[in-house]
Amino acid sequence: MKPSERVQRVPPSGIRKFFELAEEKEDVISLGVGEPDFSAPWAARDAAIDSLERGKTSYTANRGKADLREAIADHVAERYDLQYDPDDEVLVTTGVSEGVDVAMRALVDPGDAVAVPQPSYISYAPSVIFADGDPLPVPTREADEFKLTYERLAESGAADAEALIFCYPNNPTGAVMTESELEPVAEFVREHDLTVFADEIYAELTYGHDHTSIATLPGMRERTVVFNGFSKAYAMTGLRLGYALAPPEATAAMNRIHQYSMLSAPTTAQHAAVEALRTCDDAVAEMVATYDRRRKLVLSRFDEMGIDCFEAKGAFYVFPEAPGGDAEAFAEDLLEAQGVAVVPGDAFGEGGEGHLRVSYATGTKDLKEAMDRIEAFL
Amino acid sequence: MTAKRELLDLLLENARYSTEDLARMTDLSEEEVVSTIETLESEGIIRGYQAVVDWHRVKEEHIRAEVELNVTLDRETGYDDIAERLGRFPEVTTLQLVSGDYDFHLEVEGDSLQEVSNFISEKVAPTPEITQTVTHYVMETYKDRGIEFEDGHGDDRLSISP
Repeated sequence: MKPSERVQRVPPSGIRKFFELAEEKEDVISLGVGEPDFSAPWAARDAAIDSLERGKTSYTANRGKADLREAIADHVAERYDLQYDPDDEVLVTTGVSEGVDVAMRALVDPGDAVAVPQPSYISYAPSVIFADGDPLPVPTREADEFKLTYERLAESGAADAEALIFCYPNNPTGAVMTESELEPVAEFVREHDLTVFADEIYAELTYGHDHTSIATLPGMRERTVVFNGFSKAYAMTGLRLGYALAPPEATAAMNRIHQYSMLSAPTTAQHAAVEALRTCDDAVAEMVATYDRRRKLVLSRFDEMGIDCFEAKGAFYVFPEAPGGDAEAFAEDLLEAQGVAVVPGDAFGEGGEGHLRVSYATGTKDLKEAMDRIEAFL
Repeated sequence: MTAKRELLDLLLENARYSTEDLARMTDLSEEEVVSTIETLESEGIIRGYQAVVDWHRVKEEHIRAEVELNVTLDRETGYDDIAERLGRFPEVTTLQLVSGDYDFHLEVEGDSLQEVSNFISEKVAPTPEITQTVTHYVMETYKDRGIEFEDGHGDDRLSISP
């Protein structure tokens, strides 16, 4: 069977090769993992088990359990000042990944350009292509600490795009954007009438400041779809649960696809998520405090080793320059010589070349060992 | 969070973190780490540093007993007086006044069952104010001071993921 043209337009994931190299070796400390090293808080896992014991194994409403949607609406109002009606502005999805996919298919027409800042999480451009849209790369720069700016958008031709998708706190760079830094982006978006897809999955993982959602800026709510979920903050990646927040007509459009392709997000995970929102704030705060200490440890060690690295203040990544400049060669040699896996930045698109994504979602003991090995390798 | 609290958290996690690493993980300089810990110690906030030992893996006998004590007080004798007397015995490793069905909770440790039981029957029980003792010998430890004793399940995450 011949794969469809839209599938052929999407190259295989750039991290695949590295995954295979790392899997071959023994005694590897991987700093290449894009998920928490914690398990989900026990209270959330226990709620999932309890729901199974009570036989709660049927579908839920397409949009997600009503009590979960209410808990989500309350949570985002309290944490991010986002006001959404749980009945018709919240869609519970199978991770943010499904949310992004249905949003693209629901809100992007064939041939529409969608601006995708680079480097970025690897799914955005493929999601645009699967919706028959055209991804428009918008390279961000280290000089801007990989933040999105009005100038970068203008230079890249985003004025002609129909939409913009971005993620701050950012994977792979760890970059964040404050309210005053988001304002010019919002201005550009309003001027050129773009739809915004804001992936805020790392919103809880900010250090030294609180996250601002672009949807809270003037004139932005009506043109923005906000994505968030439970994978990162609650260490629930494998439970596959996220949500999209958007005005009623956009939510209805996304739900049109979701109800046919997914029917409903995993029921067990929805039970866990309700409990996570109700009782797991302390567990999240503890994980965030731990990430922050490791972040400081890694940044300090890199600084002492003479590796250039801007001060990433979000997610659980830092994005240093690869010593010698060739990130792929550095990463391969480091893996071979010292058994430490990091991901070359170009796997995340233009602007990532010459950098390494280093995840500190790894136990402090292993992280220290990995830093020692990198130092020995230099 | 204050520097003191931050350092307490880190030392509770691992009291053997080096000064350098403690400084790296906080916004403190090495000098500040040293002086803050000295303050914590001199103020009596940090009372000591100990290893958490899995005695099953040490090839010698080690017995731990949890003891519940009931006492009666009189005008001359308060809880503190009884605690002071009991606390002097090196065999008593933990001594706490607790709420509930009994008054004191003791942990008693020794090299043999004989030693621990003799200690309780000869030194603790005969104390005049003590009206009742209930001794529970620890049979298996699963978790001690926040540290789990089972072998970890390992990291089953994919080695590289997006």
